[in-house]
Amino acid sequence: MSIHRRSLLSATGAWLVLAPLSLRAAPRPIADLLRESFGARDIRDERVALSMPALAENGNSVALEVSVDSPMTDADHVREIHLFAEKNPEPLLARFHLSPASGSASVATRVRLADTQTVVAVATMNDGRLFAGRAETIVTEAACLDFLI
Amino acid sequence: MTLRARISVPKTVAAGSVVTIKTLITHKMETGFRRDAMGEAIPRDILKRFECRLDGALVFAADLQPGIAANPYLTFQTRIERGGQLEFVWTDLNGERHRETREISVAG
Amino acid sequence: MRASAIGALVVAALTAGCAEAPPERTLAETRDGREYQSADTQLLETDAFANPGYLWLDRGEALWREGGDQSPSCADCHGEPAALRGAATRYPQVNATGRLVNLTQRIEQCRVERQFAPPLPYESEPLLSLTLLVAHQSAGMAFDVSIAGAARVHFDRARDYYYTRRGQMNLACHHCHELNPGRMLRGDRLSQGQPTGYPTYRLQWQTLGSLHRRLRFCNEGIRAEPFDYGAAEYVALELFLAWRAAELPLTAPAVRR
Repeated sequence: MSIHRRSLLSATGAWLVLAPLSLRAAPRPIADLLRESFGARDIRDERVALSMPALAENGNSVALEVSVDSPMTDADHVREIHLFAEKNPEPLLARFHLSPASGSASVATRVRLADTQTVVAVATMNDGRLFAGRAETIVTEAACLDFLI
Repeated sequence: MTLRARISVPKTVAAGSVVTIKTLITHKMETGFRRDAMGEAIPRDILKRFECRLDGALVFAADLQPGIAANPYLTFQTRIERGGQLEFVWTDLNGERHRETREISVAG
Repeated sequence: MRASAIGALVVAALTAGCAEAPPERTLAETRDGREYQSADTQLLETDAFANPGYLWLDRGEALWREGGDQSPSCADCHGEPAALRGAATRYPQVNATGRLVNLTQRIEQCRVERQFAPPLPYESEPLLSLTLLVAHQSAGMAFDVSIAGAARVHFDRARDYYYTRRGQMNLACHHCHELNPGRMLRGDRLSQGQPTGYPTYRLQWQTLGSLHRRLRFCNEGIRAEPFDYGAAEYVALELFLAWRAAELPLTAPAVRR
């Protein structure tokens, strides 16, 4: 037998509290962020595979894997990979530096996401070309937030 | 800065092979956006930079931001042509460093 | 029927008869907390490298071998940590002085009495690390706590606590963790509230934390006054939860959302 429906609803309503990140400024759209970092250069949505879980039950730690289709030779390789999350208070998550010695352009880490959003990975190549990959993750909000630090 | 790191590196590999290196380190990666129970802002305290070198030559580096999860996890790859000493250095905002080393050798 | 009436009936049914009668189990089947996590969180727990709990396990192993000029290390008395396989399954238990102590408090007692070391704060990193190290030795084993003799009074008190409504939300542990596991409470999937994965690495905490920290969080969630870390009420509740976990194996270091 289940708990009385109304009492459960009123309980959950009282749990609606302000998220701890509410003091952040309004997010800027990803296009603005990319323009700030890369100017008016062309960014093509190809070659970069960004993988994150479709649903993250806590934005504090979300698995992220990024790989770039590149031979990683002296003539053709990835120099940097930039990760952006436009709804984070600080949208740049990390910048990875690679070289032909990497052998393969593949990096994994865990990131913080302030909200449900699309994360963008931009690869800068040795010849100046820019490639991007995107992935969306839905971040669910916990019922009870722990303010004890 | 007393940190503890876990590093996964194969001990012996074939020359020219691309190896996966995994790292994990204790750090709260305090964002600077949070407030404590008294409403005071908690100052930012993060690892800002990670570098991996093989006998002094840079293999991989990362500029880390508050958007990297606490206890940072990083996996990357590198081609190993000859054996040597891998050096791992994490640096925080105050310039304090945590350093680890691992030997890697080439078979045959 | 109102949930309160059901709760009262359950308590009445459980407490009827002789105090020493074996209590009836209320969960038809037990399910580990892992089963209520997302696929990604489950994957992190089973990844023996990326699971951040292992950072604390490493620390525990280092502390295990640390001694002083006048104080033995854990290893000096016990040998390898594996010698304590099964120990974690038997806590909480009533000690020689008649006090119900959990694993953390037993380790603390060892530190103070045998290692002549100053006591550590309950939720401190070294004490959590040592607790995790000892709990980890029993991974895969089920709890085997005694609720007989001197332990029974603690068990009965904790069982009453479990079925008693409290706080502004007026909820008992029972309402979330026995009547509604598997159902959603906003973005959270309610679990059975099993104690088998502690100390646990919780994504929300971004660190390793004790079962008492989790219980304090439960109390705050229903707007009830939490007890202090190490409080007798929580240790007794641990005993009830360990008994209630039945055959579920210990899994430390676990990862929770």
